[in-house]
Amino acid sequence: MSYLDASNMTGGYGRADILHGCTLTVERGQIAVIVGPNGAGKSTAMKAVFGMLPLRGGSVMLDGTDITAMSPQDRVKKGMGFVPQVNNVFPTMSVEENLEMGAFIRDDDFHDTMEQVYTLFPILKDKRHQNAGELSGGQRQQVAVGRALMTQPKLLMLDEPTAGVSPIVMDELFDRIIEVARTGISILMVEQNARQALEIADRGYVLVQGTNRYTDTGKALLADPEVRRTFLGG
Amino acid sequence: MEVINALVALTNYVIIPATAYGAQLALGALGVTLIYSILRFSNFAHGDTMAFGTAVVILITWGLQAMGITFGPLPTALIALPFGIAVTALMMLGTDRVVYRYYRRIRAQPVVLVMVSVGVMFVMNALTRFLIGVDQINFADGERFIISARTWNQMTGMREPLTLRTTQAITVVTAAITVAALFWFLGRTRTGKSMRAFSDNEDLALLSGIDPDRVVKVTWVLTAALATIAGTLYGLDKSFKAFTYFQIVLPIFASAIVGGIGNPVGAIVGGFIISFSEVGLTYAWKKVAGYLVPAWEPDGLVQLLSTDYKFAVSFVILILVLIFRPTGIFRGKVV
Repeated sequence: MSYLDASNMTGGYGRADILHGCTLTVERGQIAVIVGPNGAGKSTAMKAVFGMLPLRGGSVMLDGTDITAMSPQDRVKKGMGFVPQVNNVFPTMSVEENLEMGAFIRDDDFHDTMEQVYTLFPILKDKRHQNAGELSGGQRQQVAVGRALMTQPKLLMLDEPTAGVSPIVMDELFDRIIEVARTGISILMVEQNARQALEIADRGYVLVQGTNRYTDTGKALLADPEVRRTFLGG
Repeated sequence: MEVINALVALTNYVIIPATAYGAQLALGALGVTLIYSILRFSNFAHGDTMAFGTAVVILITWGLQAMGITFGPLPTALIALPFGIAVTALMMLGTDRVVYRYYRRIRAQPVVLVMVSVGVMFVMNALTRFLIGVDQINFADGERFIISARTWNQMTGMREPLTLRTTQAITVVTAAITVAALFWFLGRTRTGKSMRAFSDNEDLALLSGIDPDRVVKVTWVLTAALATIAGTLYGLDKSFKAFTYFQIVLPIFASAIVGGIGNPVGAIVGGFIISFSEVGLTYAWKKVAGYLVPAWEPDGLVQLLSTDYKFAVSFVILILVLIFRPTGIFRGKVV
């Protein structure tokens, strides 16, 4: 059984469903990427996994436990970490305070985890007393990922982590994400930069209108002429 | 010598009173700013919260005096203050439970909450009058002066008097301690940081497992403490009258907005800007001018505004800031 197994998810915000039997699975320590055209329900699918969207059908299993009915806060305690696409830091608080707030639900000593985050993102250690709102876009994303890592999640979910950053910063962020995965953390992310994201993906999902269109390894999807032609622009 | 006389007169009539008044406004503005940044509405009931808290402090002070307990040279009200804060905190928590919580649940717009706070203001206003009456009450006891005009004259031999009242010194010292404690709490403690996180980004705070109900409760308790301290200091300095606390909401809001609403440092700076403007513009400068320019003999008092118009000063500053720099000096947040 996969570490995350979200199967046949159906649901939406209002009366109309956005997701129609969408299925996502992630293995331990692997990177899964959701790509697809605008309005395909990529972010919605991720929010459904995190419990921010009521499901009409389907289930979400984490490490063999059914978490379909749990609140997002309880899912964090179960080992999920979520990095929203926007407004994902506390802008008037220092980098260090952002990380502390990430560890808010922990009662034990979290300074080791903070050191690990600083090792992963050395720039954050240099800027730890600076306010997160004063950092560049790429650095702010690192704070956001670092904040989510503070609970020592087993599954890290990233909603378009490279939105609005330069190509160089994007490559750097992807490198960091690979490093996070190497420490044994499973990663599920939604990406606009489909080609680059699929290159690092162990598993890729192409969503169209709230349902799985193609599912394969990242490499296979990149090699698939049909996928290339329809979704990756040739 | 004339210059020194002018300085002494300035210190006596402008700097000392404005500093004490500024400290009182700053504490009031901190309470308003705290509610604004965490509960996200302008709390018009704050002045009457101050009145309620002060009324409780006065009642306890009378009780203590009846039992023969005093604080030596310091006002007895300082002993009563912690009890007053506790009662006001319970009152705030009760009000939140009965009134504000419902509007948070239904996710009411900030402007709706403002109107709700106006309702709370009227109720609180009436409650205070029932509790203690509408008359002017002087409740300062203990030593009246640190430096009286006579001691000043004996110390320096100067003709121009200078007085420092105990209540003025107590105001500044208490305000400094309160502000230091508040900043320590918000900047160093886990609960304080979680409140700032909640103010910064509510959704992310919820995601991080911060309990919103707890944040709200702590905010009301802090506000009650700030309001009671500010109200008591103001009452000690000037005397207590329920109606003046209703009026003081205007300079308090002006302070918070000039400094940048939602920004604690801004609230403090704003408090002093408003107090110095108000006192400076309503002061009769004839004496100081007489020392500095002996040849000039003005007909009037050289007073820009009658003291009856002091609220106009806050009002004009408020309007100018809202037109030209609505975020205030320290870039507060505008919801």
